Formats: sequence, structure tokens, C-alpha cells
Amino acid sequence: MSEMSAMNRKVIRSLAETISKQVEHFDQTEVECLIREFNMLLGPPSSPGRAAQGLDRISFRSILHRMFDITDDLLMDEVFRAFDKDNDDIVSMKEWIEGLSVFLRGTLDEKMKYCFHVYDSNGDGFISREEMWRWLKDGFVRLPPEEDPDEAVKDLVEITLKKMDHDHDGKVSFKDFEKTVREENLYLEAFGTCLPDSMSIEAFEQRVFQEQMKQ
Amino acid sequence: MGLSLTKAAQWTTASSGTGKLEFTPMNESLLKEILRFVERFSSQHPQEAEHVFEEPLQWRTTLVASDFKTDYDISDSAVQSHEKDSEGLPLLQLSPPAVYVRSFSQLSKLVHLADGKKLEEVRACLEVYVKKRIMFRKVTMNESVVLFCFAFLRFHCRKVSLDPAAAKNEVELLKQLCSDGEKRVLKSLRYTSEFEFSNGCRTPLWRQVHGEICYLVIEPCDAETLYITYSTAGVFLNEVRLGRRESGYERTSDVYADLVTLLKSRSPHFQDFAAQELPSTHKIQHVESVDGEEQGQPQRSYEQQEKNVHEKAKQQHTVNKAGGRNKNEMCPRWSSFALLSTFGYVTIPLVRCVLKYCHTASYCCVICSFSFRKTSAGAMPGELTSESSTESEEEEEQPERRLEGDIDRLPEYWQIQKLFRYLKAGNQTTTALTLCAMMDLNLMQETCQLIIRDLGGLEILLNLLDTIEVRCKIGSLKILRKISHNVQISRTIVYTSGLQKIVTILDLPDKDLKALAAETIANVARFRRARRTVRKLNGIKKLVKLLDCVPNLAKLTENQEKDVEVARCGVLALWSCSKSRKNKEAIRKAGGIPLLGRLLKSPHANMLIPVVGTLQECASEESCRIAIQTKGMIKDLVKNLRSDNEELQMHCASAIFKCAEEEQTRDLVRKYKGLQQLVSLLGKADNKQLLAAATGAIWKCSISTENVAEFQKYNVLQTLVGLLTYQPDEVLVNVVGALGEFAQIPANKATIGKCGGIKPLVNLLTGTDQALLVNVTKAVGACATDKDNMTIIQQLDGVRLVWSLLKNPSPDVQSSAAWALCPCIENAKDAGEMVRSLVGGLTLILYLLKSTNNEVLASICAAITKIARDEDNLAVITDLGVIPLLTKLTDTTLPRVSCRACSIHYCCMWGSNRESFGKVGAVAPLVRFLKSKDAAVHLSTAKALYQLSWDPNNVIIMHATKVVKVSLSVVAAAFLTH
Repeated sequence: MSEMSAMNRKVIRSLAETISKQVEHFDQTEVECLIREFNMLLGPPSSPGRAAQGLDRISFRSILHRMFDITDDLLMDEVFRAFDKDNDDIVSMKEWIEGLSVFLRGTLDEKMKYCFHVYDSNGDGFISREEMWRWLKDGFVRLPPEEDPDEAVKDLVEITLKKMDHDHDGKVSFKDFEKTVREENLYLEAFGTCLPDSMSIEAFEQRVFQEQMKQ
Repeated sequence: MGLSLTKAAQWTTASSGTGKLEFTPMNESLLKEILRFVERFSSQHPQEAEHVFEEPLQWRTTLVASDFKTDYDISDSAVQSHEKDSEGLPLLQLSPPAVYVRSFSQLSKLVHLADGKKLEEVRACLEVYVKKRIMFRKVTMNESVVLFCFAFLRFHCRKVSLDPAAAKNEVELLKQLCSDGEKRVLKSLRYTSEFEFSNGCRTPLWRQVHGEICYLVIEPCDAETLYITYSTAGVFLNEVRLGRRESGYERTSDVYADLVTLLKSRSPHFQDFAAQELPSTHKIQHVESVDGEEQGQPQRSYEQQEKNVHEKAKQQHTVNKAGGRNKNEMCPRWSSFALLSTFGYVTIPLVRCVLKYCHTASYCCVICSFSFRKTSAGAMPGELTSESSTESEEEEEQPERRLEGDIDRLPEYWQIQKLFRYLKAGNQTTTALTLCAMMDLNLMQETCQLIIRDLGGLEILLNLLDTIEVRCKIGSLKILRKISHNVQISRTIVYTSGLQKIVTILDLPDKDLKALAAETIANVARFRRARRTVRKLNGIKKLVKLLDCVPNLAKLTENQEKDVEVARCGVLALWSCSKSRKNKEAIRKAGGIPLLGRLLKSPHANMLIPVVGTLQECASEESCRIAIQTKGMIKDLVKNLRSDNEELQMHCASAIFKCAEEEQTRDLVRKYKGLQQLVSLLGKADNKQLLAAATGAIWKCSISTENVAEFQKYNVLQTLVGLLTYQPDEVLVNVVGALGEFAQIPANKATIGKCGGIKPLVNLLTGTDQALLVNVTKAVGACATDKDNMTIIQQLDGVRLVWSLLKNPSPDVQSSAAWALCPCIENAKDAGEMVRSLVGGLTLILYLLKSTNNEVLASICAAITKIARDEDNLAVITDLGVIPLLTKLTDTTLPRVSCRACSIHYCCMWGSNRESFGKVGAVAPLVRFLKSKDAAVHLSTAKALYQLSWDPNNVIIMHATKVVKVSLSVVAAAFLTH
């Protein structure tokens, strides 16, 4: 077993070396830690012959929920889509580390790209009225009974669209989005929480980077 | 309180008189709201919906018979509803194109049927009624119904709401239960305050803001005394004890709907009683309450309110009858009623009862006029208070800035109101988006700020600070940061305990939040109570903590940059807070001065300005001045004098001005070559603030003679003299002050004279600013020791001007003028003649000998010494009674006695004054002066005694007081020291 883990360590190290050159924000040791965390999340392979290639949607969602406090059902799927760059319904190790690089340490530019990608659920390069509606539709929970929540959402969508749609084409392109966010950072997560808050980040980094390094 | 829909809706009537609704977006949205209300009315208020109108609503419809389905009798083009009233008339009748509707339920149904055309139907219906009113100035029953419909529209505040009248009623009722004997239910019940404001509240104004109506002390028979707060939100126990009210407002129990309920829960005895007796009392009380649903507590308070309205309505009714006012005049004011109710003043039950009572037209008018009474008598319900709980704000006692004119015409009003509705109802995402939308409003505009406040928006924004969602907090603070530029908003934030929430945020780890909170505090802390609150909340310490960063690194990481920004906002807040004296001390104690010193190394003006500004404020405390000096900040202050930012230069110069009270600081300024820098600032004569600060610093620095010598290398005197004309008082004070210091060196006196400084100085003697006069007289006095200058002063009649300043009410000016007189009299040509020529001058001098101010007395004595050198004048003042006045002064054991002794010495030189002094008993105290340790006192006293000893009687007294022994010891001491 120890032989096995020694070999494992070697493999992980060389893997980490390669990945750390490709992914921003993490050094080699940190990547190692993230690989170990990934392996741990993956659990032992279900059948010895076929090792799992990555995290499936369900386990990924539970991770988001547990570690990063992202709870919106719809958005969790979109976050999964954003992580799963090759669309194979599995978040591979590399995708995991790439995703976390934005999640934990992303610059504003990276985060803007990521958030836009999440909100643009049909991937056509625009956030449309309908997409906004989708993200906001359950947004009003305590309206007085004589007020129609759908109307309120519709109104808010219009207000927001008017604000973000700089080129007046009735939808929000990435350029529109970028410009709006640069003017007012609060628009970054305009349509729902899809990034972890600073507390979750701190807790995650503390646990994964520092505690694992002690071992 | 609100605004009328009739006003809000943009009718065309004004111009065309057609009474059509214009097709504007606002009308569109109003109509939609009305429509939505109508559609839902029958399901939400089934009982009210069944109420049959006396007169039908009637308009030209576009609907045709085929649009109607079951539930209707259709014959040809006419339609009748199955639903009939008690007399068998249908509640809906269509005879194209007219339609008649007689209940809300039918109206709802019709609207549902109209489907795609519903908006048109509502529009047509409204137009008819508005047009009618415009034409006939007459209100019918239906209009009231329509307007009620409006009233409902914006019903979103439906809290239990008590008011002062409700409180009063209940207290009166319960007071009847406080009797003696077997049957008593309560021992006593009283208000804590007998004073009642005109709005019916008995609480202090600042508690009325919280909706508190009155405080009660009730002694039940079987429980301990209850201290109760009666507020609009309900009734609860507080900690108010007589004598310690300041801390006692906190709620210590649940909130109850009324007093009876509270008492029931606290006193079993009362509960027993209530079970048997109270129902009947209730019945009496609610004789007019219309529907029998008396279950829940909230229900009861509704009814309470209904009753009040009835009562008021009745009162008003009688008034109207008496006044004989035509009801038709009142009726258009319905609109304001609709509006009043718009913001929750009128609750559903009220409307419910009015609906029942509006069978009689007069009643409607009465009620609407009642509602109008609450608004200003003009054309517009001007106030915009959000709920009845803040009613107190309407009172005139509060000199509050209110919105005037038709603010309801402003699109912002509706926009803001809508956004706040969203804020209340949203989840974190929509709330954040709504806040973003709000940021796009013109928040720096006063109208917007006041609308937000008057809609109760501040409370909502402040409550968002309690959520855990960071983005909502940021959004809320971003708005607060802007609107708090308005002092009214700041006050409201402080009075509603909002500052607590903002200060608490300073503890959170998020840097954006910290910076925003500090910036908001900087805006809010512009009045004393706010600053005190910040200190009491430990806010100064928290703000000082924010300053901990390294501002002058060559390259900052993103994180460090944020730290610097947080520090900058922290300093801004401290700057605002430092205007209170205790806060300056608190900043120092919290270790703020060294941290400010570190920030002083920053290269950025936007950091340096608040830092130096704060230091400058703090420097008015000596402890802070010492700290600034010992932490080596003078060097940086001097360095920043070279900045190219004039504001920064100004604050640096002010800081040096204040710090240069300390001698060491003055030396340091010279050491770091600050003097030269200060002189160069004199060139910026356009910036008066800067000029005032620079001249101030020069003045204080010139207290050290080394500095004066240094200044003279740059020919400062000439420049300063040039600044004696056409400058504001703030500059003049300092310039003249500096001249006074410069003139302490003889060579400079001549220079001032040579460059024409005397004339403007003398001209300034006619000014009014006291600080300026003190400095001017000092400078004139210093210059007068130069003979040439004195000639000029005399030519300009300067002595008379100085003399007349003795009449100035300020003791500082009086004494400064008297000191200035001394050299003037000494150096003037024909001084005796000159003094005598000043009519009443000597009387004035002697009058001031009665002053209680020591400095004045000393200076006047010195002046008398000079005056007495002229024999004729001495005769005059002797006649005026100088001797007893001076003798009285010898009794006091005050400083500057040498002046007094001196003046006696000179006074003795005339006639029988020596005897007079002896007779009034001046000799013995004079001998006591000899025991003083001051050589100057010895000298002048000895001279005085020498003069007095010419009179034999005085010698006897002197002998009796052992003058020889004392004199010998003085002489011995004099020998020893020399």
C-alpha cells in the first residue's frame, strides 16, 4: 500500500507540475493539494477496472452546496456547465482546477467571463430577456397580495436590461456586461449567486491548502 | 401624506378640458394598478365587494352583449345580471353603449369579461367621473367608491396601527377602573408626562420618531408596577423609571395590540375582571363598529381606529354644520383622502366602515374633510410621511425641510416608491438588482433624498445592513453614502439608531463594506449629536483601526490598495468626527496620531488632505499638539506645504498655525525650512483660505525671535504690510498679529513705518472683529514705541481711536487697548494736552478701574501711571476720585501688582494725595507688597512708599507695620542677588 501511495505521490507531483504551468493563480504545491482534494471527493473507484474520470453533476452540485454555499438549483447546473468545459457531463481533474482558479482567485476579468457564461444559459453569447426572466422569476417572495410578482419581475428585468444594454439591441452581450460591471461591481453577480463568498473561500483554502500541507 | 391619483394621473383637462387621460407611461402604469386592484377586489374583500352602491357607476362601454356569458340575462343587445339587490334591481345593466354597475363584485366580473379591452374599460370609467367632477365640482356616491378604489391601490402597509386618539380612549376607559374600595381593578394609572403635544403624543419628539405615543405607569392590584410604552406598533413594557429615562426606552416585553391585552397577561386580577366586565364595555365602545368579527387582537385595534375615525368624523360634521360650509366645496378634496389612505393611514376597516356609511352624502364629505384637515390647507397634500407612526413629523415644532409643490408629478416619486416595494419583497438577487437600479437615480438631488426619507426608505436601507448578504449591504451603503450628504437624512439616520448599524459594519472583515461604512459616517457625523454617538459606540477606536496600512509602498498589490482605500475612508470619517473636542482626545487615546503620521507619508493628495485636516483639527488640543510634534510630523507637514494642491497646503499651514503654539514646533518649522515655504504662500493672494492659513502660521511662528530674523531675510514685513488692505478679517487678524510680533524688534518698527504700515493699521482700529482689534491695538502699541511712528499715529488721530476701544464690550479688547495707550501717551508730543483733549477719556479710564477682569485692571493701572506723569491730568483724575479706586485694588492679592504700586507712586506726586492715600488706608497693604518675591514689585512699591513717606502720618503707619524691618530684608536680598 505504501508503495502504491509513494508512486501515487510521484504521479501527483508530476501531474501538478504540468497543470500548474497551464492554470493561473495556483503554485505547484497548491495544485497538488487540489488534486488530492479532487481524488478524495471522487472517492474510491466504484469498480476497480474503470476509475471514474471526474465528478458527475450530482456530486458536483453537492460540493457547491456544501463547500461554497451556492444553493440555487438552476444556477448550480449552470455552474456545472461552466466548469465542464468539454461538455462531457463530467468535471475532470483539470476542469476542476481551472474552475477553482476563477472561483477562488479569479481576477475581475476572469470572473466577468465566468459569470457571463453562467447566465448565458443557451450559450449564444447574449443574456436575453428570457434568460434574465429565468434567473429572476422567483425573486419576489413577499409582495403584498394585490401585487403581481410576475409584473414586478418583468419590470425589474426591463430596468436591468435598460441599464446593461449599451448597444440597444435588446439583449446583453459580453461587451455590455463587461462595461456595466466595470462601472458598478455589484452587477457581477446580477442574476444570482454563482461565486463563493469570501468566507467560504477562506474556509476552503484554509482546509485544503494549509491542513493538507501539514500532512 | 400622499398625493392624489387625480393629480398623479396626467389629465388633459388643463389644456383642452376634455377630461381624457393622456397616453403617458405613468398613466398607463396607474391604470394597470387600478385594474389589478379591481380584478382582485372581490376575492380579497368578498364582503365589501357585495356592497351595493346607491348610484351605479356608469360609462360608455365598448363591450357588447355577446361578451357576456352565463350569470347574465341577455336579450338582444341589452344585458342584466342575475345578481339583484334587495329591491330586485340588477347589479349590472348594459344598454349599449352605456353600462351601469352597482357593486365591486360586478365590476370585477366585468373586467374579467372585457379581457383584452379591460384597460379601456377602466379608463372610460375613470374618465367619466373625473370629467363630471371637473364640470360640476360635485361628488356623487360613486365617485367616492372610485376614489376608494384608488385608496386601495397602494395599500401595502397594513400593520396594526394605533394612534394618539386610540391611546387616549383606552387610557380614559381604564382610568374609570381605578377606583377605591372592593371593586377596584387597578390601583392607579397615570401618564409619565402631563404635557401633550398638539398631535396628541406625550413622548419627547425624538421618541415620537419611533412611533411612541405616551408612557404610562400602571399599578395593578396584584402585580408590581408596570411601566408601559404606548406606541403606534402596539403596547409593551419598558424600563422607564422616573428619573432615568435616558436609558429606559428599550422594550422588555412582547408587543400587545392594546393595553387591555397587556394588562390581562400581567395581572390575573385584571383578567378575571376583564372576563366578566369588559365585554360590555367593549360593546359600548364599539357601538358603531359594523361587522361582528371581534376575534383577534389586531381586529380589535382596527376597530378602535374605526371608532376614532367615526368620532372625528362626527366632530367634524358638527363643525361643518355650524360653519355652514357647502359640502360641494369640500368634496373635491376626496382626492387627498384617497391619498392619505394611500400610505396606510387609513386601514381596510376604516374603508369598510366608510363604505357602509356612505349612504349619506354628507358623511362622505365629513370624512373627506376630516382627512383633509391633516394636510395643509393649500392645494396639495404636501407632506409625504409614510405612515401614521411618523405623524409627529408633520408637527410644526420640527423645523424640518419638507418637500413642497407637486412632488407627485415627479416621475422619481413613483419610481422610488416602486423600488422600495421591490426591496421589501425581494430575495437577495432581486434586492441587489433593485439597489443597483436605485443607484441610477439622481441621489445627490435633494428631491430624491427627501422622497426616500419620506417614504420610509431609510429604515428599509438600514435594515438591509442587518442581513448577512454582503452585496445587499454594499448596495444599501452605496445609497446611504450618497443621500447622507443631506443633513436631514443624516439626522434621521442618527435619530433612528441607524448609526449603530453602520458603525457595527466597521468590524466586518469585508474591506469594501468597511470603506463604505466609514465614508457614510464621514457624511453623517457633521453635527454634534452624531459625533457623540460615534464616540459612544466606540466608533472612534474602530475607525482608528482602519488606518493601519502602509500607504507609501512603491507598488501596491490589489489587496494593499484596498487597505489604503479603507484607511482613506477611515480618515475621512475621523476628520468629520474630530470637530468635537472629546473626539480629538479619543482619537489620540486610540493611538490615532501615530497612524495618521504614517499616512502622512502617502504620496496622494486625496489621502493627505483628510489626514492633515484631521491633524489640524486635533491640534487644537495641547496633548495632540505634543504628540504631533514628538512623532516627527512637523517635517512632513512642512514638506507638504510644497505640494501643488492648494487645499492641502491650506490644511498644512493651518496645522502649523495651531501647532506653533509650542516653542519647539516653531524651531522645527525653521529647521525644516518651512518658513521660506510659508512666505512663498503669501503670493497666492487669490485663495483667501490659503492666505489666512499661511499668514496664521507666519504669525505664530514669529513668536520666536529667531524666526523673525529668518523671515526678514525674505522681506516678509513689506509683504505683510501690503496685505493690510482689501483682505477679509480672517487674513487681517493673522497679518496684524504677525506685525505685532515683528514689531517687538526695534528695527522692524521703523521698517513698518517706512513701508507705510501705520496708516492701514490705524484704519483697522475702526473695525468690529474683536480678535482683529486685539491684534491691531497690540501692533499699534508696539509701533508707538518708535518716535517717528508715533508722530504718524498722532497725525491720524490714532490715540483717540485706541482710546475709544476702551468702550468695547470685550475685556480682551479693553486691556489690549489700554496697554497700547501706554506707549502712545509716553511717546506722544504734548501728551498731556492730547489726553485732556479727549473728552470723557479720563472718566472712561477710571470707570474701567471697577472692572472685574484682572488683565483689564493691570493694563488700566499702567495707563494711569502714564497719565499721572502730567500734573494737570493727575489733578483731574484725583478730582475724579482715583485714590479710593486705587486703594481698593491694593487689597487684592492679584498678579501684576507692580502696575498698581507704580500708579500710586505717580499719583502721590500731586498736592495732598499723599495724605489722602494714608487716610483711605493704602499704606499698610503697600507694605505687604514688599513681601512679594518679584523685584519689579519691590521697586515700584518702594517708590510709592517713598512718595507716601513725605507725609508724617503715613510714616507712623509704616512704622507700625514694621516697614523698616521688611525694607531691610528687601535691601539685603537685593544686594545678595546683584
